[in-house]
Amino acid sequence: MGPLLQVERCTKYFGGLRAVCNFDITVNEGQLAGLIGPNGAGKTTVFNMITGLYTVTDGDILFDGKSIVGMQPHAIAQLGISRTFQNIRLFPNLTVLDNVRTAYHTHAGYGIRDAIFRTPHFWRKEKELTERAQEFLAVFNLADRQDEIAKNLPYGEQRRLEIARALATNPRLLLLDEPAAGMNPKEVVNLMDLIHFIRDKFSLTILLIEHQMRVVMGICEEITVMDFGEVIARGTPAEIQNDPRVIEAYLGRGTAARLGGVRYAS
Amino acid sequence: MKRRKLEFLGASWLFWVGAIAIYAVVQVLFSTNVITDYMKTVIQLGCVMTIVSLGLNLIYGFNGQFSLGQWGFYAIGAYASADITYRYAAKVSIPLNLGFATFDVGKIAIFLVAILFGALLAGVIAYLFGLPVLKLGSDYFGIATLGFTIVVKVLADNSDTILPFPEMKGARGMVGIPRLTTWFWSFFLLVLCILILRNILHSTTGRAIVSVRENEIAAKAMGIDTVKYKTLSFVIGGIYAGLAGGIYAHLYAFLHPSLFHFIKSFDPMIIIVFGGLGSITGTIVAAFAWAFSLEGLRIILPSGAEAWRYIIYPVALLLIMLLRPQGLLGGIEWGFLKPIQWPRRKIDTGAPTVETATQEAV
Repeated sequence: MGPLLQVERCTKYFGGLRAVCNFDITVNEGQLAGLIGPNGAGKTTVFNMITGLYTVTDGDILFDGKSIVGMQPHAIAQLGISRTFQNIRLFPNLTVLDNVRTAYHTHAGYGIRDAIFRTPHFWRKEKELTERAQEFLAVFNLADRQDEIAKNLPYGEQRRLEIARALATNPRLLLLDEPAAGMNPKEVVNLMDLIHFIRDKFSLTILLIEHQMRVVMGICEEITVMDFGEVIARGTPAEIQNDPRVIEAYLGRGTAARLGGVRYAS
Repeated sequence: MKRRKLEFLGASWLFWVGAIAIYAVVQVLFSTNVITDYMKTVIQLGCVMTIVSLGLNLIYGFNGQFSLGQWGFYAIGAYASADITYRYAAKVSIPLNLGFATFDVGKIAIFLVAILFGALLAGVIAYLFGLPVLKLGSDYFGIATLGFTIVVKVLADNSDTILPFPEMKGARGMVGIPRLTTWFWSFFLLVLCILILRNILHSTTGRAIVSVRENEIAAKAMGIDTVKYKTLSFVIGGIYAGLAGGIYAHLYAFLHPSLFHFIKSFDPMIIIVFGGLGSITGTIVAAFAWAFSLEGLRIILPSGAEAWRYIIYPVALLLIMLLRPQGLLGGIEWGFLKPIQWPRRKIDTGAPTVETATQEAV
């Protein structure tokens, strides 16, 4: 299958600080790709450039063959790129159901006139939309929580809700920013199964940032490693695990040398 | 959700019967002089303040944009509609005798056209003003809208000199506005405003508006055009203020620029903070409480004591902020203002759960 996302030589400066430099990545349709790197490597900056929250200083980003550089974030989202955030950004005071229904906004299919007069069309579409939202919640095992206020959910459920909300925008490409952060080992295993499940069920392409090696190594088909804003390695999980530059980036040169050829992830 | 046939604006026939009953009972109390003319005006002032404050609650409470411009749009609606009825109401008279009462259909039509014009003018100005200003951050937006209210007040002061409206009489105050606001119009326009606001909020449009308040970046990432919805709520809020201004002008039949001083623009702000940001019920209760305490205390307290109001208000506000930061009725809505309840459904998606998660070797 052809490439869905192509990032070509992207560079981002914040004033004099070079956050990302000549970043390249190609994600093919249906692929589950990973982006890893030490803290401050520029991973989230890459996500923010793809979703239009940051303007790109230089380079090009193609989604489905068309450049999306310079487009508004909401317009990019409407093209079919959805995301979650490293620091959870739910709509904290809305109910769990409303969080998902809000994301369904662009596919609601009725306008403000129907809403004001509560026409039969409004009732029909609102019912349809609510049932869709409930299905997304069911996938993430949150169906019983639909009337709770989002900020009152436990952390792991907030993470799952954020993915459910991202899916409700009906994306083709899903960007997950540290989906397993703060989850216990059991939840992490469940999350990995879920990511596989939603990829197949909603025919998604997924690019994820993750720190927990067992997540990245367990589910990603191709991994790109960043350090100091640049790509330092790319390959299958097995290749990455043994790449000396990756070990060096994570552990520092001295430790890497002392460990010699010891395999990085266990 | 069962389909209900007998409804208008999503409110059942039972709701409308109740609304007509409230209208009729109060009307009877007016006609039999159980409620004095003075208190009748106060009740209608409550309706006016509720409409202004509902508009502001949409902008600040639901959309999260701190605006002090509401009073400027109120002034625009008041002056614009008053100018129309001042010019044309005396010339049109189509009496309609129904036996038990006589209505002047011509005057009613002029009145409705005038207040709708005032509301729409306020909406158009809100749109033009909002386009550049809503791009500013929240604090700067507050300052800019405060400036707007001051500009409108200065224009009202000089409406007969720098603006071509000698009949507005500038700082001397506009007299001769026909007294066309009746309890019927105050009450039913208020009911319409409440229902329309409720219907907007409990729809996908309303969720988009609220998402901007909740987390603007997340809203954008979910495909919501945040600028569009900020502008939309600012315009609807402006229309509400303009409409209320029109009702007010034809209630008191006198407009003076000092009524539209920017200090007064804090009144609706106090009302929505007191009643609860994001609560329609709270706004209604607080606006009527405001009208009754402002005018009602004038009757109850001995003369000269009304100055105490300006001590009672801040203390009450302070206590509310300390004891109930979400507002008096924050998070509470009357039955018909509650969101539509949807049943929970058992759906088996076949998705993996924590229990079924594969124990991969890792």
